[in-house]
Amino acid sequence: MFSLSVPLGKFVRRVSRLRGGGSAFPGLVVEKIDPGFMQRTLSTLPHGVAVVSGTNGKTTTTKMVVELLESQGLKVFTNRTGSNFTRGVAAALLGDVDWRGRLDADIAVLELDEAHAVHFVNRVPPRYSLLLNVLRDQLDRFGEIDKTAQLLQHIASKTTGTVVLNREDPRVARIADTLQGPEVLYFGLDDSLLGTFPSDDELRAGPGSPVPAVPERPQADVVLRRVGADDADFEYDGGTVTTGMKLRGVYNIFNAAAALALARSICGSGAATADSGTLLKALSEVAPAFGRGESLTVDGLPLDLVLVKNPSGFRLGLKSFPSGGYATMIAINDNYADGRDMSWLWDVDFDSLRAEGVDQVTGSRAYDMALRLQYDEVQIGAVDTDIPAALADFIRKGKGKPKRVFCTYTAMLAIRRELSKITTVEVVS
Amino acid sequence: MTPDSAAGPTASKGTIRVLQLYPREMNIYGDWGNALVLQQRLKWHGYTPELLEYNVGDEFPEGVDIILGGGGQDSGQLVIQDDLQSRAGLLKGMAEDGTPMLLICGLYQLFGRFFKTRSGPVIPGIGVLDIETHGTDERLIGNVKVTTAEFGEVLGYENHSGQTTLGPGVEPLGTVAKGTGNNSSDGQEGARYRNIVASYLHGSLLPKNPAIADFLIRTAVERKYGTFTPGQPDDRFAVLAREHAARRPR
Repeated sequence: MFSLSVPLGKFVRRVSRLRGGGSAFPGLVVEKIDPGFMQRTLSTLPHGVAVVSGTNGKTTTTKMVVELLESQGLKVFTNRTGSNFTRGVAAALLGDVDWRGRLDADIAVLELDEAHAVHFVNRVPPRYSLLLNVLRDQLDRFGEIDKTAQLLQHIASKTTGTVVLNREDPRVARIADTLQGPEVLYFGLDDSLLGTFPSDDELRAGPGSPVPAVPERPQADVVLRRVGADDADFEYDGGTVTTGMKLRGVYNIFNAAAALALARSICGSGAATADSGTLLKALSEVAPAFGRGESLTVDGLPLDLVLVKNPSGFRLGLKSFPSGGYATMIAINDNYADGRDMSWLWDVDFDSLRAEGVDQVTGSRAYDMALRLQYDEVQIGAVDTDIPAALADFIRKGKGKPKRVFCTYTAMLAIRRELSKITTVEVVS
Repeated sequence: MTPDSAAGPTASKGTIRVLQLYPREMNIYGDWGNALVLQQRLKWHGYTPELLEYNVGDEFPEGVDIILGGGGQDSGQLVIQDDLQSRAGLLKGMAEDGTPMLLICGLYQLFGRFFKTRSGPVIPGIGVLDIETHGTDERLIGNVKVTTAEFGEVLGYENHSGQTTLGPGVEPLGTVAKGTGNNSSDGQEGARYRNIVASYLHGSLLPKNPAIADFLIRTAVERKYGTFTPGQPDDRFAVLAREHAARRPR
């Protein structure tokens, strides 16, 4: 069927890109004039649609799944812009379809925000879904984490083929009990690593409170056994393999186990036969998605951007990127996309920054952050709510030292924008 | 900017025991911040804090000077339900006796007479506060500014679907200048009864409202030692954080 909506949508996309406009606007246009566009286009894919959702790690995990599948020779469509809602998917589709609306791909791997995923799966039931975690994030939007778990349950219930679940997140693992149709696979952690991933329920068990015993857990398809400085051990098919990793941060590497489980499932089910060697090689080469532990170069030294969105993410970020020898900046905004409630900062321990202090605190909630650090007795160099000024000061005073910036989402966008004036920052299209 | 310069090297003026109620189940939205603020400010005022926890099935500790109760998921409230009822007499006695308490969100509701859920069932409270709460479909979310006679302007963040109405036995903490507060009709936020401060506000509440923290501390110290001699905590960041928070959108 030839429809005018595709050329028109592509035209709007081109124009809005020339204007430097938002990535989702053309999607809105095509959705309005041709509501069936997305569903029709995606339903033609031979291996269907895989949805990746959860609170933390969607972008990096999706990127990994895509690269793993490509290593097996599949053509993959994905929503690379991080515009992770339905309209963003439609916009990304417009970029990839030809002028007659045909998509040249074997499978679509889509990162979807929990709430938007629910609408998406009602229209396009996925063949695969990968559900990462349910953590406190933007609670002002979803209300409660139990509610977020229900959103993920809905995604799972609409999945026609295989649901891949995080065995170590009780709210996610529990979804298996509610499913009848789809096959369920898990990715999991070695017992020795469980302590590095406290669930939100255990975030603040006081010092000295008993550690709950590890309950009996189902068999996982892929288990992360060990994380080294630049490598990791994964166990699957009854054996353990060691592979180098470009990704940093335990949580990123746990998500690599998630990606591996999903990719193995997709390739095992007829698309191609998963080849362990090429899969692992691809996994070892995955670079972090933008802002997710990404390393830029400033004055010839690394400047790491670590995105922090919720208490567990911030805790893991501090653990994965120790401050020794680094100049540290923290940038906390409270725009809608960051979450307006600052309570989460109080569920993070900043003790690990006490030895070296924090050089610069910025963002619209810089003083909330400074107050938080004061109560953990962490020394602060300077506080300035203006991000460009604070960043310039941080770079000037931190000359000769590698740097690390912990930042919320919109603060990261502002920092990248500033940094792009003085260094090479990957352009995300 | 040394945070604890006020404490100095002098000997402790006494020990204050702060008890967190059900921190395992009822500690969402930064309730830990309130415990941390009491712990640190006690030090900065020259006292020795002792932080205790009470969870379901625990023995209730002796000699508690301040009680802290936080918010939780609906599921968390169900878990603590029976245990809380079994401690109702004890907690009521402490409240009537003048023990300072800070009750936020979920435990604010459960210290009241009842919580009538949206779907019908009524969860009994422990009746320490003359308040009742009704579950609704509407979630009240956003930054809040409250005008109070006792603590000046109180700043925080609300996130609740239960709507609370005060009976004649309690006073409101204050009136809402921005946000919703206890319910969407009467413009009141929180409750005051004896030495209890109850509120829907997270943020966490105490860091940006040191006047409330110091009220709890002063009351506890005076009950235990007769007089309170304050230290001089450095509240410069608190003042600035309050100024910026007050200007943020709802």
